[in-house]
Amino acid sequence: MGDVFKALADPTRRTILDELADRDDQTLFEICSRLLTKHRLDSTRQAISQHLDVLEAAGLIDVRREGRYKFHSINRAPLEHIADRWLGRS
Amino acid sequence: MRIYVTSVLVDDQRKALAFYTDTLGFVKKHDIPLGEASWLTVVSPDDPDGTELLLEPDGHPAARPWKAALVADGIPLTSFAVDDVEAEYRRLEALGVEFTQPPTEMGPTTTAVFDDTCGNLIQIVHVAAS
Repeated sequence: MGDVFKALADPTRRTILDELADRDDQTLFEICSRLLTKHRLDSTRQAISQHLDVLEAAGLIDVRREGRYKFHSINRAPLEHIADRWLGRS
Repeated sequence: MRIYVTSVLVDDQRKALAFYTDTLGFVKKHDIPLGEASWLTVVSPDDPDGTELLLEPDGHPAARPWKAALVADGIPLTSFAVDDVEAEYRRLEALGVEFTQPPTEMGPTTTAVFDDTCGNLIQIVHVAAS
């Protein structure tokens, strides 16, 4: 669980999750384009790639290879665990 | 000085010609044999005297790893302007074209990204009138 909170502590990573919540299966290019055009976040592609690594390690995104492409999707399971723990959901 | 040609690096010139004409709708402008390859260009039917697109062989050993790395990250090699991204998306998808990004609003632009079957991703874009 610790990794989840560390991953969510960064505003850019939260914005990445906001954009992935809009649609599954986004390429790195699409994520960078969304951050730049919709949020004026001009981080380098390499920096975004590192943010995605942190999110993936925390289980907050799934990375799927399909043929020659690589797609990223949000994984809400760790967030549901948080809700289960403190919001009394079952 | 002016820009008269730009290029995409393709794995097979004949396959590329078929895709860029039959599927995308460009028209062949030059097809001049040059050794093993051809000086093979297409133009937009809307702008036959405009900038040509050279379908250039990707035979250099550095070309294919570079192309593969761009494709893995979803990065288009170049970008074409269209009047209606959603309509082009529907038309091309019906023709079996594979998209890595469906039409998406990106600030003042709408973009989509598809696979040209020759080892590249290509972006189509429409910029909303300001």
